Amino acid sequence: MKYADEFRDPEAVNTVLSEIERIIDEIGATADQPIHIMEICGGHTHAIFRYGLDKLTPEGLEFIHGPGCPVCVLPMARVDECVELAERPEVIFTTFGDAVRVPGTKKSLLQAKADGADIRIVYSPLDALELARQNPDREVVFFALGFETTTPSTALCVQQAAQEKISNFSLFCNHITVPPPIKVLLDDPYMKLDGFVGPGHVSMVIGLEPYEFIARDYNKPIIVAGFEPVDLLQSVMMVLEQIKSGQAKVENQYARIVPDQGNPVSIAACEDVYERRESFEWRGLGEIDESGLKIREKYASFDAERKFGIGYGQASRVVEEPEGCRCGDVMTGRIKPIQCEQFGKGCTPERPLGALMVSSEGACAAYYQYGGVRPDLEPAV
Amino acid sequence: MCLGIPAQIVSISDATKKLAMVEVSGVQREVNVACIMPESGDADELLGAWALIHVGFAMSRINEEEAKKTLEILIQLGEAQAEIEAMRHGQAALEGSS
Repeated sequence: MKYADEFRDPEAVNTVLSEIERIIDEIGATADQPIHIMEICGGHTHAIFRYGLDKLTPEGLEFIHGPGCPVCVLPMARVDECVELAERPEVIFTTFGDAVRVPGTKKSLLQAKADGADIRIVYSPLDALELARQNPDREVVFFALGFETTTPSTALCVQQAAQEKISNFSLFCNHITVPPPIKVLLDDPYMKLDGFVGPGHVSMVIGLEPYEFIARDYNKPIIVAGFEPVDLLQSVMMVLEQIKSGQAKVENQYARIVPDQGNPVSIAACEDVYERRESFEWRGLGEIDESGLKIREKYASFDAERKFGIGYGQASRVVEEPEGCRCGDVMTGRIKPIQCEQFGKGCTPERPLGALMVSSEGACAAYYQYGGVRPDLEPAV
Repeated sequence: MCLGIPAQIVSISDATKKLAMVEVSGVQREVNVACIMPESGDADELLGAWALIHVGFAMSRINEEEAKKTLEILIQLGEAQAEIEAMRHGQAALEGSS
């Protein structure tokens, strides 16, 4: 087995793969009528392609790549607003590195930086807070992006800033939450979903309870999974076992990191600092009710949207996707990345047209890098 | 984006702000440990402990053996280097050279 050396325990992987094959046979799933399992998290999408798990598992199993890459679902209008903030002369705009290449309608943050905006890539929102302490005459804005895994870090920073009465630090809040888009996808009649592999590190924060609706209301299994190949395969096996025995439960494969009840300190900090927006726009999925977070009134002075009059409600939200970009269809599982006409031609990781090609956790970038289909490398006909 | 890296807590840098130094593969970095504070409230109890670090925050305690195994495989796979590089890069941003 080509990839065996890369696994922590090749023997365990082989055992799980045999078991997956056996259950797929028992269920009677085939290439024409496969079992569809969605991995929600972009980290899992990356791992599936990185380790070739889609090729190691039987044809009767198809992975559907979920919306769990925060960079990929970031709407272009939000990137434009980031650029607008970053180009203000008083602002030091701080961001995680993943986000700088996402195309806006005019430019990406990387292009804005090249044009002279003071944009700093930071590892942690703590670094942004430190920059605010070091630069009292500048406004330091942190681009708060990410799912529940990352939300506690920015919430704790806001609490710290409030405690220290730091007045030149604010967040441009784009935090989003995992369960609402899953509900949208489950309600979509086009989606074929038999079960889910749930996000490991999101669940480390929120615990298992927020997924109960998937089992209870939609009768689908979901297994919270770790990020190593054997974790993912074990979780797939657990989903299949439930499908075979007609069960639908939330289970935790990643108990070494994920407590069933989540992390109470994180949950409390997020609850203190954030509240739900009525709705938030997801690239490829549109507006989703109660899927985004905003800063509560009591922390208004740390909210870049309020501070600079930028953001939701300030401008038209309708921004057309670039012509030919089918990120939305990929995101909802209607097409595979290679079925997009721009894949590998007008859209590559070096020159991304759509957001799914930007982040290494995006389905298109992962497919491009590890999927073995590189139209750009095929001989011209 | 949601990945992290196991690191060992080597000193407490500011108990009031719940900040500690962690070390991973020879790189030290200050992180916030609020999410894994012991019930006693004594940060010193964390000395020597391992935790999963995500964007500068210790998010979950991991037992030492598990942490070392995870780190080893992350390094073998080349995934740890990216995270450690991001930590270094963050430091550079503070110094204005990012």
